Amino acid sequence: MAYKIVGSQCTGCSACEPECPNEAIYEKNGVFYIKPEKCTECIGHFDEAQCVAACPVDKTCIIDTAYPRYQAA
Amino acid sequence: MEIALQDGALAHSRLRPLTGIKVEIAGQPAAAGCGTTGGEGKASCGSSDGPEDMSPEIWEKVKNHPCYSEEAHHHYARMHVAVAPACNIQCNYCNRKYDCSNESRPGVVSQKLTPEQAVKKVIAVASEIPQMTVLGIAGPGDALASPQKTFETFRMLQEQAPDIKLCLSTNGLALPDYVDEIAKYNVDHVTITINMIDAAVGEKIYPWIFYNHKRYYGREAAQILTDRQMLGLEMLTARGILTKINSVLIPGVNDEHLYEVNRAVKARGAFLHNIMPLISEAEHGTVYGLTGQRGPTAQELKDVQDACMGGANLMRHCRQCRADAVGLLGEDRSDEFTLDQIENMDVVYDLEKRRAYQEKVEAERQAQQAAKQGALAAQSGADDGMKVLVAVATTGGGKVNEHFGHATEFQIYELTAGSTTFIGHRRVDLYCQGGFGEDEQLPSIVNAINDCHAVLVAKIGACPRDELKAAGIEPVDQYAHEFIEKAALTWFADYRARVTKGEITHQERGDAAIRQGAFKAA
Repeated sequence: MAYKIVGSQCTGCSACEPECPNEAIYEKNGVFYIKPEKCTECIGHFDEAQCVAACPVDKTCIIDTAYPRYQAA
Repeated sequence: MEIALQDGALAHSRLRPLTGIKVEIAGQPAAAGCGTTGGEGKASCGSSDGPEDMSPEIWEKVKNHPCYSEEAHHHYARMHVAVAPACNIQCNYCNRKYDCSNESRPGVVSQKLTPEQAVKKVIAVASEIPQMTVLGIAGPGDALASPQKTFETFRMLQEQAPDIKLCLSTNGLALPDYVDEIAKYNVDHVTITINMIDAAVGEKIYPWIFYNHKRYYGREAAQILTDRQMLGLEMLTARGILTKINSVLIPGVNDEHLYEVNRAVKARGAFLHNIMPLISEAEHGTVYGLTGQRGPTAQELKDVQDACMGGANLMRHCRQCRADAVGLLGEDRSDEFTLDQIENMDVVYDLEKRRAYQEKVEAERQAQQAAKQGALAAQSGADDGMKVLVAVATTGGGKVNEHFGHATEFQIYELTAGSTTFIGHRRVDLYCQGGFGEDEQLPSIVNAINDCHAVLVAKIGACPRDELKAAGIEPVDQYAHEFIEKAALTWFADYRARVTKGEITHQERGDAAIRQGAFKAA
């Protein structure tokens, strides 16, 4: 139920962090991370995942296949 | 000037057609001159008007801003702080991994600063470089995509360094939402990057924008962007905030279109139009770099700038500096002011010392003007219509005071019998490296100033002297440390005399190349 940010490609621009409706994004050592337990893939908030839409680097904010997809309750 | 915004709906409004818009701009100069002519009329080349050409309030804002006044840029310095890393659009000339390649040194990631670090840096620089008058927030992303960081920096600076002018640069997408805030912090200069007013041109420049929680692509994205930019510009003009419009000249995409951009921004009250060459090399990793979209040659750039004269005043001395640049335009002293070095500096903000220094700088600047007027008055002989370009090596202060080998750029002046006009600058690789001349740099240096008849320097070595002569460029070191315009006019009078006597024949010069890519410094 989550997106993840590919650390090696993240430029640390911070465009994603304020856009997350669940405040799931945080910064550490200049790179950004998503807390998977907070991420709802923006379902119920927006038509598209905000962090993905804001991220300037292609294929850097992507579905984390280690987690099941988010299901609205 | 009122623009109605609908609540709830997409807060961008369609443009009203240009006919019917009448914008009241206090003291807008009727014809601006970046040079002086002895006779009628002035070349409308930009921003070096004097106090007699504009209202006193506007002159106050402009007179010591190195970007808004061509004259000021010889004497005053600016700095940028990289506090705004996020950006809300994607341009084909930008690779976010390496900052916007519109800037002078792509390939180097700037050190991002928090607002507190930025303020500390500004205070340190302002004390070390008392002729620094302007603080700009230009990136590394968009100043209004990270508005909290930007405005926090301005708030602290207003308190701690009240004499520094605040400036910001933006793509304009978020601009209408922040005009009130901008006015609140007494930011009196805003730059908007406007490359097009037609979405059909825009979709070739902007792959996407992020607006109102949604990504837009193609023509729709470009239309939203241009509507918001125009709206933002109108709102700033209504508030009396001076605007500079930056346009990137992309040959084959917007070269002819920029004429319309110039007229459209002028109609909405823009104070200056800065047309800059696209910088694109494959190693920058930008879309334009990778697809082989080239930048303009020096002549192509000059042609577009000349074609735009008579509309919005042109700025021709932009250095396309980094979002963390420090110093006089053309020099970069940012390595003296890294975070670690600032920690070790004992910094006290001395307003009086800054004022006193700036008074001295003003005196220098008056002296330069006087020398120029004197030289013009001393011109005799008919104007035979001959026009030449000369390159000048300078470290600042408006004088011919740089060695050929130490120059990283040359300032280019166009000369006629009765005028000198600054038309731009050319960057070059450093010739002198570690005490020896690197002869393999010479061809690229010659290429960069190939359209010039002469290069005025303080000193030059034998080898480059010969190379330049062979290329048809006269190396001139007799006017070392004199004011630029006076030196240039005196040289030109002598040149014309030699042509008249038959000692030399006057030949037209070819085009010159605008340097791309990273620098090789000593």
